[in-house]
Amino acid sequence: MKITLDADKCCGAGQCVLVAPEVFDQRDEDGIVVLLDAEPPAEQHDAVREAAAICPAAVIEVH
Amino acid sequence: MTISPTAPVGTAPAPLPVEPPTGCPFDPPTAFGALRTEEPISRIALPDGSWAWLATRYSDIRAILGDTRFSSDTTLHGYPLSGMTGGGNTQNRGFIRMDPPEHTRLRRMVTREFMVKRVEALRPEIQRITDELCDEMARGQGPVDLVEALALPVPSLVISLLLGVPYDDHEVFQRLTGTLLSRTVPDDEREAARVELRDYLDQLVTAKEADPGDDILGRLITEQQQTGEITHDEVAAFAALLLIAGHETTANMIGLSALTLMRDPESAARLRQDPGLIRGAVEELLRFHSIIRNGPRRVATADIEIDGHLIRAGEGVVAAVPSANRDESVFADADRLDICRPNAQHHVAFGYGIHQCLGQALARVELQVVIGTLLRRFPTLRPAVPVDEIPFRTDMAIYGCHALPVTW
Ligand code: HEM
Ligand code: SF4
Repeated sequence: MKITLDADKCCGAGQCVLVAPEVFDQRDEDGIVVLLDAEPPAEQHDAVREAAAICPAAVIEVH
Repeated sequence: MTISPTAPVGTAPAPLPVEPPTGCPFDPPTAFGALRTEEPISRIALPDGSWAWLATRYSDIRAILGDTRFSSDTTLHGYPLSGMTGGGNTQNRGFIRMDPPEHTRLRRMVTREFMVKRVEALRPEIQRITDELCDEMARGQGPVDLVEALALPVPSLVISLLLGVPYDDHEVFQRLTGTLLSRTVPDDEREAARVELRDYLDQLVTAKEADPGDDILGRLITEQQQTGEITHDEVAAFAALLLIAGHETTANMIGLSALTLMRDPESAARLRQDPGLIRGAVEELLRFHSIIRNGPRRVATADIEIDGHLIRAGEGVVAAVPSANRDESVFADADRLDICRPNAQHHVAFGYGIHQCLGQALARVELQVVIGTLLRRFPTLRPAVPVDEIPFRTDMAIYGCHALPVTW
């Protein structure tokens, strides 16, 4: 799995951080998403897909 | 795919359904079920005689709220303002009523204040506030009004603290918010409340300009106003939006959640036994209650096809969040409260798209703390009156209970 972000669209709602805290975080200065792990291990895959599904701004893409 | 005609035809549309079914105060209006299957994009009459589209399906509502061609700008021609609460004013409005790039610019000034890790760091403080209010409740004897004793003070105290608004003024902002969000107060009364809140916040921001303080308004003044990015009036608009959105919503979710768990001892017992389930239960309670009953609303800025319907530029849309969250095609057995529902977090109770609730992490932690604490400290909590005597807020844009007498 490889994750890409379109962070310009991020509205900082933080749903991704709630669902997959080991993969996503928010930048201290403006709350925008940052990727902690662009190629997370298998046990994170479900959580990442869930984050992509509920992200309100369609920021997260899973390849 | 057939594109249906969009011009208003013969029969006059009905107004937005708001009344819960008789005897089921927790269910959304019955009309939504039939609309979802038979007429997912329908028309409703607005109080001033105009009309708007009403979207009732989950997929359509995500499509509309996720598409920025559906505008939140209340100054645009065709925006369905009629019947909206909060005042019809369009000057100096908060970013909830704006589009990008202005919306993005302003929202990003406060996003960090409500991000997950900031809110998690507040959890002990929210717990302390909740414990103190519960101590006070426990010192007395029932019945007490849970809204007044706990549901309203917790989020009001927290948002006052975060913004740097003196909590001693809570009677002022709670009263004014109540008037602003009422569907039944006359327009002149609502306008008077809006002016009074504006004057109150104007004075508050002036006072904080002299002595900013280490809080959200203080930081907006020192980091954004003093650098010329925003004006005094814009700081006041932030204050109005965050203050109103930050207490009334969570307060009503606390009241309704407490009441449903009092009436569902099996779920309450499971949560008491395994507090790890509370996080998921809060998502399910948000889905189940969907307290935003009057929107979100948008106006189309282009001709856009949704589910085979052509919505034309300049036409208004009301997204029925309570209906989306009971859509059986997404939530199996949707009318049942299932505190372990696997996909509960897919709800749109906080909206969807770029305007999705800024305060959602805060609301979640407040709900988790208050519900967990109530279950632990008042295991015998129960309504002190029959449910049909509880005054439900069918007259308000945000559903809930006006009062909730409880005993233990
Ligand atoms: C259970 C409690 C809450 C619910 C159900 C709720 C619901 C919502 C919804 C549905 C929207 C979207 C409006 C739209 O799309 O036009 C929204 C936006 C917003 N909410 Fe909440 N909210 C809650 C708590 C809070 C809290 C605690 C705050 C704290 C400050 C807050 C601040 C905001 C703000 C600032 C917006 C505007 C966001 C934007 O336009 O970008 N809300 N909320
Ligand atoms: S869920 Fe989406 S919009 Fe929200 S913080 Fe994560 S990436 Fe940004």
